[in-house]
Amino acid sequence: MESTPINSSFKTEPYQINMGPQHPATHGVLNLLLTIDGEIIKKVEPDLGYIHRSIEKMCERDSYQQIVHLTDRMDYLSSNINNEAVCLAVENALQLEIPERVKVIRTIIGELTRISSHCLWWGVMGMDVGALTTYFYGFRDREMLNDIFEETCGARLTMNYNVPGGLMLDIHPNFVKRVKKFVTHFKTKIPEYDRLLTENVIFQKRTKGVGILSKEDAISFGVSGPVARASGVSCDVRKYHPYSALDKVTFKECLKTEGDTFARYQVRIMELWESLSIVEQLIDDIPEGEHRVTTNAVIKLPKGEFYQKVETARGELGVYIISTGTKNPYRLKFRSPGFSNLSALNHMAVGGKIGDLVATMATLDLVIPDIDR
Amino acid sequence: MMTNEALQHLIGGWFPNPEADSVSDVKQHAETDEVLDENREPSKPINPSLLEFTEEGSQFLNITVQPEQFYALMAKLKTNEETHFDYLFCLSGVDWGEELGVVYHLESTVHRHTIVVKVKTEDRENPNFDSVYNIWATAEFHEREVFDFFGIKFNNHPNLKRLFLTENWEGFPLRKDYVDEINMVIK
Repeated sequence: MESTPINSSFKTEPYQINMGPQHPATHGVLNLLLTIDGEIIKKVEPDLGYIHRSIEKMCERDSYQQIVHLTDRMDYLSSNINNEAVCLAVENALQLEIPERVKVIRTIIGELTRISSHCLWWGVMGMDVGALTTYFYGFRDREMLNDIFEETCGARLTMNYNVPGGLMLDIHPNFVKRVKKFVTHFKTKIPEYDRLLTENVIFQKRTKGVGILSKEDAISFGVSGPVARASGVSCDVRKYHPYSALDKVTFKECLKTEGDTFARYQVRIMELWESLSIVEQLIDDIPEGEHRVTTNAVIKLPKGEFYQKVETARGELGVYIISTGTKNPYRLKFRSPGFSNLSALNHMAVGGKIGDLVATMATLDLVIPDIDR
Repeated sequence: MMTNEALQHLIGGWFPNPEADSVSDVKQHAETDEVLDENREPSKPINPSLLEFTEEGSQFLNITVQPEQFYALMAKLKTNEETHFDYLFCLSGVDWGEELGVVYHLESTVHRHTIVVKVKTEDRENPNFDSVYNIWATAEFHEREVFDFFGIKFNNHPNLKRLFLTENWEGFPLRKDYVDEINMVIK
């Protein structure tokens, strides 16, 4: 590299800085080791492990009912969908017939969880690029959902509503009424989101053409969820491997082809509408029946290997269980969406500026415990 | 989308087992000479492919491959137009007790079929396999995770070091023989 002859103190030599672990845009504890040349990013090296809790190791000693309580501590913004993944894996392995009522309620709560997660993401996305108002608006709407969750199962964030065999409790008598109230309310709020942020010129300038990920690269990096769909990869687990009541509803897979930060933003906004539509299709006729089938107090899975994938708010969550026929798994691996999505960050950020990295990272929607496990 | 049977037929043909041919030649020869040795034990049928296929105990077609053929198989699984496994969606290290190994879950975004590839070694001291990071970019992070927890090394990996644990951590926590002296995970 050529050095500037005028003043040696202005030599442009690449140097390294730490971003995080407590940087407000790293949403938890993620340390990024940046190699920068001036303001241009040359390399991003994520340093993980600050909150690694060895969940996979703990699963090897726990019973299947206990494992469910660990999963919502991973991606705590999609806790209900994470629980569902383990429950479905266990139920499929045992070939348990799950009541229709359970399937429908699981799907409704799952989509509400997705909306709640996207609301928080939207608020934080705005905040990361310097618009603080979005944070309060996102939380305002999410609060209504948290209240519904609290009334349903007693928890607002780390819900343990799903259990192998069904649901912990039946829905609260107010559930249907409150969900409908939320749907009506939220339909007037998404256009507000659009007016506030989507159509904002400064926001568009900060996000369009930034952090581009091509379709081929997205597949190669194993990226999933809204991040992959913004690059034109059709990968919605709800479409290709439908679970619970998702085969009974019609919804559109939200796809964009630009692969930039703005496209990832748009995909999530589009998903808010689709999730609302799924909830609307199911909420009026939740089938009558049991909310749980009885399982053995100690669940033993047959010998073999089981894989279950679900679509969380961040993408494809896989649960890979190797069972030797005992009451706990021999090996349990969580294929978490955030881990694969993060692996593409270096590729997306190189050549951009630090401010662009913050915007790109915001649209990856990282939840650190989901990466660290 | 190809059926498991069609996949097995196609992929099995890529790696023919030379031993299987020579044995069947010998057998044919023996039959024509009509030499019947009753004391001889019935020979185990030799797999015509170097790969082992099974669907038992899994919802997918499983392939077990020897470390020598591993990289060639993986490259072909991705580039062959009929298989086109371009999406490596799960990469997990496993300690089977005697053997250490890695399990790869592959899906095709074009044909939508799924396959599981397993590679194993009995060498617990110095286990190593070829890295597939230049076939699927996601493997770079996943292989580091497997190295971190199982101590399995990957040849040609560009940055093989601990991912979650600190550099000076001793042992590999997800191995079954790992001694957890500070009782971080209490049984």
